[in-house]
Amino acid sequence: MKYTLVAWMRDKPGVLSRVSGMLRRRNFNIDSLQVSHSETPGISRMTFVVDGDERVVDQVVKQMNKVVDVTRVEDISDQPTILRELALIRVRTTSATRSEIMQFAEIYRAQIVDISPDSLVVQIVGAEDKVNSLIDLLDRFGIEEMVRTGRVALARGMRESSHKAASSVWKARSTPNHNGNRSEREKTGGV
Amino acid sequence: MTRSKATQMNEQRQSLNSTPREMTGATMVWEALVAEGIDVVFGHPGGAILPTYDAMAPFEASGAIHHVLVRHEQCAGHMADGYARATGRVGVCIATSGPGATNLVTGLATAQMDSIPIVAITGQVPTNLLGTDAFQESDVIGVTQPVCKHNYLVTDVNELPLILKEAFYIAREGRPGPVLIDICKDVQNAKGIFRYDFEIDLPGFEPWPSYDLGSLLDAAQIINAAERPLIMAGHGVKLAGMSKELLELVEKAEIPVVTTLLGTGDIPETHPLSLGMGGMHGEAFANKAVQSCDVLIAMGMRFDDRITGRLDKFAKQAKIIHFELDKAEVGKNVIPTVAVIGDLGETLPAILPLISERRHQNWTQLLQEWKGDTAATDILNYEVDELLPPYVIRQLWHATNTAKQQRVLVVTDVGQHQMWESQYFIHEKAGQLLTSGGLGTMGFALPAAIGAQMSDRDALVWAVAGDGGFQMTLQELIVLQQEKLPVKIAIINNGFLGMVRQWQQIFYDKRYVGTPILSPDFVKLADAYGIPGLRVNKPEQVVDAYKQAHATPGPFLIDFRVKEEVNVYPMVPPGAAVDELIRRPKPGMVQGYSGVQPSW
Repeated sequence: MKYTLVAWMRDKPGVLSRVSGMLRRRNFNIDSLQVSHSETPGISRMTFVVDGDERVVDQVVKQMNKVVDVTRVEDISDQPTILRELALIRVRTTSATRSEIMQFAEIYRAQIVDISPDSLVVQIVGAEDKVNSLIDLLDRFGIEEMVRTGRVALARGMRESSHKAASSVWKARSTPNHNGNRSEREKTGGV
Repeated sequence: MTRSKATQMNEQRQSLNSTPREMTGATMVWEALVAEGIDVVFGHPGGAILPTYDAMAPFEASGAIHHVLVRHEQCAGHMADGYARATGRVGVCIATSGPGATNLVTGLATAQMDSIPIVAITGQVPTNLLGTDAFQESDVIGVTQPVCKHNYLVTDVNELPLILKEAFYIAREGRPGPVLIDICKDVQNAKGIFRYDFEIDLPGFEPWPSYDLGSLLDAAQIINAAERPLIMAGHGVKLAGMSKELLELVEKAEIPVVTTLLGTGDIPETHPLSLGMGGMHGEAFANKAVQSCDVLIAMGMRFDDRITGRLDKFAKQAKIIHFELDKAEVGKNVIPTVAVIGDLGETLPAILPLISERRHQNWTQLLQEWKGDTAATDILNYEVDELLPPYVIRQLWHATNTAKQQRVLVVTDVGQHQMWESQYFIHEKAGQLLTSGGLGTMGFALPAAIGAQMSDRDALVWAVAGDGGFQMTLQELIVLQQEKLPVKIAIINNGFLGMVRQWQQIFYDKRYVGTPILSPDFVKLADAYGIPGLRVNKPEQVVDAYKQAHATPGPFLIDFRVKEEVNVYPMVPPGAAVDELIRRPKPGMVQGYSGVQPSW
């Protein structure tokens, strides 16, 4: 089964290599991995899809937590979640096929973001199966080039943020303990 | 280390704070080491670490830091490792960039596998040359990442003080491990403000998880209801210093104890409830106990394949309770019925009052019977006219046992002699045996013994090695002279890479490919290093040889020319369940050339 995990980590040089190196070393099977900024400055958010069983996912979460720069890991597979992926697909066109392709795009609520005499670029956002099925449709016209972001995920509904602001993490890191910086951060809840 | 001890030490460190001062990055390294209470470092200089070596001079002159020059950086790692194992404190090693740092890797990997706190400091090419394949540049962070608990590349002198403090903190807190700091040469030369009064704030690092009371109650309930309970004690008990509490638990509820290799001596092996080491070369009764118990209490161990044998047949009748500090070890190999995650220094004392006083007479009686079966085939009972390694080891125990007022440490290498040591030396205390368990690093014994002896010059330190492993790091013999260290060395010399040969005999139809090994005359070699030595060929010479070694001040080497093809029994073949083992041949049967084939 495929599990969706989200990890937050300090945005420091080499942190991606630490995480990916650990995943490789422990022989975990990663389907996709996507890193971006999070709502907290200085903290990156990684969404990754693990192929395996419950035990494998349990180990992935625990081993990720052991990476010092990783601040939090969550398995959101069994939560109501918005799963999205973005794909840019350059399709070969002729004057005969162009309108058909654009029709397909419209049905899929995809957008045409670039157009040239013999090709166009379709941008689609959606769950992977939707993206896959559009790709299948477009395939027979000839896909010249394609890029997919991999899965990103956000849980639905209200969530309490348990994250310390990373800017103040850094501030606390570089200031001594006596000047009250830390308690100030705790007062503001660190968000 | 336990949480309470760690907190106490951190408070002491905090109170030593000095006022911020300007200095070079190189001097910061030594200031930090002194603040951490480090007084000895093991290292080898080179271009990229020169500024740091230069800054050591005043610290060495004042006696604050003593530097031990090694002959190969791998051994700097092992020495720091041996020092850490013997003291429970952080060991420090230092090397230059490129080859110096890559040579350290084996030392770091050894420490990582066995949870040993080490801080390694390496020089790196200047920041403006990073990534240009400059002379002696290697990607040390990339190379050491998988074998370190954490590592740092320092490109800004202002970050150095905090990184140094974090490195020591990460290395020692929780489950210990090695941390490497790679410092660019220009950072060592640059000036910055040194202060050491940071409060560590690592949001992603949880070294001391708090235990859950519910799991503790569940565990106590299962233990109290057990008819055939068994404790499997590992390195964690030693690291937490919980031998006394463990023994209390053992005696209160009459629970026998099997240990892992690194857990040897967690309770005294002379204790009637001690079954010694289990696993691949554990005694048959110990492994049978594991397979027959109804409750297995694993303490501070990680179910390595060498202790579990075939996993799907491991302790099938047992409910398993796993006391463990590192969450990731819970459920990694074995899924426990109850996991008590937390510091053994807290969980063990907490569970003690919850355990009811009990006797398990049928169970202990059964174990006694099994023990009797094994004693009947004891290799010590036969072939006394030839020099057998188990005899050599048992006599070492007798010889060191008479010198009881002294602290005795045995440091073993890897291979047959290592297993014989664990079987035939009777360990009274946790931490009496220092050995490379997880990584199985040949060449570990001599440098680790040097590291251990550096921490305690009054201890009686025996390095026991095979002829193969000893030749991997024998260049460090000169360090015994250089540092005037009284390390005693026993070489179990059988002319083979014995453990590999044993596998070839049993699993590869006796094709001895690459295992016969030629050795120099070790006694002459020792002489060249100014170390007195002896060769022993016959059993009757053994006792006197040890006497002479102990009577001679300073280092001493004994080359034991033992019978060549002796195997370590019992043996659990890889992939077999731990009770499907090859037993010792019966007395009177001859091992070796005449070829006793195991009866399995």
